[in-house]
Amino acid sequence: MTHPVVPIKTYAAVFGALLALTITTVAVSKLELGEFNFVAAMTIAVIKGTLVVMFFMDVRRATSLTKLIVGAGLFWMAILFVFVLSDYASRGWLPGPRWF
Amino acid sequence: MGDSEATLAVHEPGLKHHFDDSAQQFQSSTLGMWVFLVTELMFFGGMFGGYTVYRNMYPDAFASTSHFMNVPIGAINTGVLIFSSFTMVMAVRSAQLGQKKVLIAFLIFTLLLGCLFLTLKYVEYHEKWVDHHIPGPGFQYADTRYFHQAQILFFLYFAMTGMHAIHMIVGVGMLIVLISMAARNRFTQAWYTPVEMIGLYWHFVDIVWIFLFPLLYLIGHTK
Repeated sequence: MTHPVVPIKTYAAVFGALLALTITTVAVSKLELGEFNFVAAMTIAVIKGTLVVMFFMDVRRATSLTKLIVGAGLFWMAILFVFVLSDYASRGWLPGPRWF
Repeated sequence: MGDSEATLAVHEPGLKHHFDDSAQQFQSSTLGMWVFLVTELMFFGGMFGGYTVYRNMYPDAFASTSHFMNVPIGAINTGVLIFSSFTMVMAVRSAQLGQKKVLIAFLIFTLLLGCLFLTLKYVEYHEKWVDHHIPGPGFQYADTRYFHQAQILFFLYFAMTGMHAIHMIVGVGMLIVLISMAARNRFTQAWYTPVEMIGLYWHFVDIVWIFLFPLLYLIGHTK
């Protein structure tokens, strides 16, 4: 409507990248990397999610207001995880009675 | 009569009169859809938050469950959903170009891939039922140390994949509506907003699965 039509080649390339990353995430999960298995899995998932949001959902060409809403959503997700983890990760750091 | 007809403003096809032009109308729809998707993000975020807390509490119990997950089906389903996102984006592209038959073909293709995903999900759920891996009185677990803690993971598995599957079913229903609208010539090159908006929803549900797959199937890595 407002944007030029994206060539099929671009969509096919994103599709190919997403499939390759899916195979990568299964392959990496079979390696013994300790803590880095989780880091690798989440890094791959974030890359895949970013590809879908930017190309398939066309946020790269969206208005600034739409980008702001997407960013705000992700920021609120970050608040959720940072506050939950700062609570559970820090329990037991201080001496004193345990009430949980 | 003739005079009043002459004063009517000529709109672009599909344009509602309270918008300046089609571009503004489309941007408003996109913004509204994204506000909805952010509420969906918060909704799934709560469950991902619960998952984070319990995985941190019982990392070994959670890792032990991966042995009982059907990784091949999970991986194939990831591919199926990614493929369906590709056919969905191709449907939107066909709508942009005004190719009605191609649009309907891609929408049907997307619908079938969605049904394939749900069928494979059913196979997995049935497997869990047969193996007594459904949390509750009938739950059985090979490693008795983790009997209680593993149930938490299986509870999260059914809650999260179940909510995801409900979203897929809603998406399939909306695809049927889109196919019927397209068949009745409701979309033009100037107005195909529902195709684009349902597309956004479909991709969002795909992204949720992209995160669910490694978090639920690939926790324990040594096999």
